[in-house]
Amino acid sequence: MSLVARHLEEHGIPTVVFGCARDIVERAGVPRFVFCDFPLGNPCGKPFDVAMQRHIVGMGLDLLAGATAPGTTVTAPYAWDDDTWKEKCFTKERPFLDETATARWLERKQAYRDLKATGSS
Amino acid sequence: MSSYVRYIDKTREYYRAEGYDKPYNWAHFDTIPFTPLPKPLAACRVGLITTSEMAIRGAAQPVPDDDPLRNPYWLPSDTPIGALYSLKVAYDRYATTLDDVDSYLPLTRLRECVADGRIAGLAPRFQTAFSQYSQRKTLTVDAPMILEWLREDRVDVAVLTAV
Repeated sequence: MSLVARHLEEHGIPTVVFGCARDIVERAGVPRFVFCDFPLGNPCGKPFDVAMQRHIVGMGLDLLAGATAPGTTVTAPYAWDDDTWKEKCFTKERPFLDETATARWLERKQAYRDLKATGSS
Repeated sequence: MSSYVRYIDKTREYYRAEGYDKPYNWAHFDTIPFTPLPKPLAACRVGLITTSEMAIRGAAQPVPDDDPLRNPYWLPSDTPIGALYSLKVAYDRYATTLDDVDSYLPLTRLRECVADGRIAGLAPRFQTAFSQYSQRKTLTVDAPMILEWLREDRVDVAVLTAV
């Protein structure tokens, strides 16, 4: 998503990225970033918390209008109910993808390599 | 509140333990592009792009699971929110859900902003861009496709949500 934002920005469309993986987005470098310190999945606020979502989306619009320099990050002032997910994510106890999804990912990756090798992509 | 998760470190360790020796080389650039807002936000048409792999209930899946290219696609922005759902499997399914579309594709929130006059309008289409393994594919195929759609829709500014 960061690469798409950079491409749009390079071609004259201002962007704001909402995301939960701060290190990944900031490593790529995007013009404007609203960081939400939540588990991967809800970068615009907790599910069904309309007031929080309004606030976070509003922060992004403010950033679009107000940022004066690239690489500006603002952090949504909210925390998840507890921090267990931070310790447990990407562990053997909580594999990121289930077996079916992992198998599909590997199959697609190999199929894409095969396509590239034949010059179709 | 503890510090944020370092996903680059965490995933490196995770996949190393799974037997993948070569760590993923996350994208990094030395410079960051910047385009100032061309006009007041209240006069801007907003585009919306997400990695949440959106689909419409009762309609065919936009991109089959076994499609290796997984090119971007668009859906109409006036689709009722209740008709939309996410096909994404790569999220923290232990800690949260994707049951509330507005928590990752803020269509309702942006429609409210249109009603309030904070933005001029929404683009008629929103896009899904897949989280691709290949950065080259994202840069040379996916991003240009999305730019073209946004230009066709005369989008002034873009909101992107990484799920």
